[in-house]
Amino acid sequence: MKERHTLLEKEGTKSVLASLISIIIGLLVGSILILVVGAFSDNLGLGSAWEGIRLVFFGIFSTGRNAAGALTWGFNPQSIGNMLFRATPLILTGLSVAVAFKTGLFNIGAPGQYLMGTLATLAIALGIPSTALPGPLLWLLAFLGGILAGALWGCIPGLVKAFLNINEVLACIMTNWIAANLVTWFFDVNKMFQNTVENTKTSYIYKTAYGRTFVDGAWTYVDGNGVSTAKLGLDKLFPGSQVNAGILIAILFAILVYILMTKTTLGYELKACGANRHAARYAGVNDKRNIVLSMAIAGALSGAGAALYYLSGNTEFFWSTYQALPATGFNGIPVALLAANNPIAVIFTGIFMSMLNIVGLQLTKLTAYNEYITDVIISVIVYLSAFSLVIKMLLTSRRKHREAAAPAAVPPAEPAAPPVEPAESLTESAPPAEMPPVEAPPAEAPDAAAEKGGEQA
Amino acid sequence: MTFLIQQTLLYAVPLMIVALAGVFAERSGIINLALEGIMIFGAFVGVLFIRIMQGMDVFQAAFAAKNWMALQGMELLAMAVAALLGAVFSLLLSFASVNLRADQTIGGTALNLMAPALVLFLIRIIANQNTLQMTEGDAASWFMIKKTTLGFDRKADLGFLGNTLLHQVYLATYVCIILFIVLSILLYKTRFGLRLRSCGENPQAADSLGINVYRMRYAGTTISGALAGMGGFVYALTTANCASTGDVAGFGFLALAVMIFGNWKPGNIAGAAILFGLFKCVAASYASIDINGDGVYMLATLGISSHVYRMLPYIITLVVLAFTSKKSRVPKAEGIPYDKGQR
Repeated sequence: MKERHTLLEKEGTKSVLASLISIIIGLLVGSILILVVGAFSDNLGLGSAWEGIRLVFFGIFSTGRNAAGALTWGFNPQSIGNMLFRATPLILTGLSVAVAFKTGLFNIGAPGQYLMGTLATLAIALGIPSTALPGPLLWLLAFLGGILAGALWGCIPGLVKAFLNINEVLACIMTNWIAANLVTWFFDVNKMFQNTVENTKTSYIYKTAYGRTFVDGAWTYVDGNGVSTAKLGLDKLFPGSQVNAGILIAILFAILVYILMTKTTLGYELKACGANRHAARYAGVNDKRNIVLSMAIAGALSGAGAALYYLSGNTEFFWSTYQALPATGFNGIPVALLAANNPIAVIFTGIFMSMLNIVGLQLTKLTAYNEYITDVIISVIVYLSAFSLVIKMLLTSRRKHREAAAPAAVPPAEPAAPPVEPAESLTESAPPAEMPPVEAPPAEAPDAAAEKGGEQA
Repeated sequence: MTFLIQQTLLYAVPLMIVALAGVFAERSGIINLALEGIMIFGAFVGVLFIRIMQGMDVFQAAFAAKNWMALQGMELLAMAVAALLGAVFSLLLSFASVNLRADQTIGGTALNLMAPALVLFLIRIIANQNTLQMTEGDAASWFMIKKTTLGFDRKADLGFLGNTLLHQVYLATYVCIILFIVLSILLYKTRFGLRLRSCGENPQAADSLGINVYRMRYAGTTISGALAGMGGFVYALTTANCASTGDVAGFGFLALAVMIFGNWKPGNIAGAAILFGLFKCVAASYASIDINGDGVYMLATLGISSHVYRMLPYIITLVVLAFTSKKSRVPKAEGIPYDKGQR
């Protein structure tokens, strides 16, 4: 019993280490790209590259430039507040992908579920006259509508996976694009939702702060009559930012998902289906019901993310979206992968991802570089997490070597240092050689990858 | 009718060639979800290459002298460069999924995220906006084959076939069709093709007969990357006026749908691509007035929204998946990393 516990502990620390290494490599690749572009471009130069690299790592603490044109650093309440605001939908789509992963499903359908959630939320919040219902009730109705729409949309790939054994990845891709077209169609036909008050903007839907009001014998939209998420004083804490209570709701959802997955029978059954669908069925678990349920929960979480983002009252939706899917949906994948599908860890990786987002904006604002560098960093992180197991194997073999080579050895990377300590003491007490020291890790990795493969795929 | 056929071909040909790209990867046992990403990358590389070539005096002179042979050569060269770098980009996927036995779906997703990010980052640095266009002129004036380019009189009537196939067309379209046929034969009628397909069905058996599964899978994904990269540039050239914007409007995923609808077989894929290309064409030219006497305008009077035509390919694919999942020709070993030690 004790031995299994220590193993589990080691697994956890290794996941954290693997994620940290992925992040560091991602940031380094971003820095190298900035350096190369800066060095070879005529109008950028190495000085601006150095500024860019510093911003990639510490952009969240950037406060702009001083009179002399040098970058200044410090606590930037606006950046931090916006980071928390943008983390809200990312945490929820991350949870969505993580829940599906636990059941052995790759939910690449989060963008579609997010879009359907957006559709339902906006249709309810803007469709019901603001005088018909008290504000909080309308808000709740729109929120629940978004969740329901996401859940229903998530059900489709779940149903075809469970009953017709169709690869959920393909079904999700198809439903994504169907959703994108449906949403565009809906807002194209229902012209009343299209923002005509602020006529500088085209193809945008009203913010939910606009309420449907009966004025002078006609229905129009009036700013301030609509609904928006309560701020709960967070706007005082982070002045000038968009932050609202949505982040707290997202954190609450993460805790609820954690309880669901670890403390309830349903969560156990879901995980059993993910570990081995056939064994679970043999043990009396209704695997088909669980697959559908898992996708429905995943969809509901994505829908909730969309609802919280658009109910804030200060965000607007670009409706002609049939050629592109929302990035927030896809970014749920790196959020979940970095968190090793742990719902609590998703909170932190979601905030990290939105921090990168803010860093990108600072980079665009302050330098000649642009925000897409952070998307490159994210994609590198996703790429690395595809074989995070190999990284874990590398860590293991490295630690073995260090034990053999005694005290002179250096830790693998500075920021990763703190978690190494507990792992160190554990390895000493654990029975040796359940992982043979490997000279060429990629060659040995397959066994572990094959074992773990079922869980990830 | 001419208009309808030409427009449908413009959409169908990139779909067809990219769907074949998917077939090469999947038949060798690697799921290539990164088709969209590789297309985006290929489109960028091709457009960038055209821009660089435009800066050279040789091609400036060729354009001024209306030397259309040189310009077509430049187009073909750009296709080749897009294919080459598409193949290089796809090595990221094959390295992860063959050597490191990583999850192919996640690897493909990573490439799909990486391509638009990298491309937009560079486009913004190069062009200071979100679109990379030709430095001067447009695709039609530089690369489109017209009656006059072929030496006919502007007013000459080439007959129905001549008007459809020789006037206002791109060489790239025909190159892709020829490549499609040649590569389909390669996949089905040669020893290499048989070996490649065997690695997607039963790699253990293939290995026992002395076939190098890793090498075959590398070959499959690399050909796939080359075709997708080229398809991306052809898409940008023929439908987006030779501009790269960091997206290909979901064409890579549509090509995936074509591949599934075509049941992983080249003949069916060609048919599926033409059907989906027709839908795209109808949706795109839906509201245009009836100048060409084509069926598109008649479809518009039916009152079916153009959104329906945009959505149909995905719905059809989902339905086809649902009804044919039992007799689907999906390669049996796709998505499973090959492990020599496994029985």
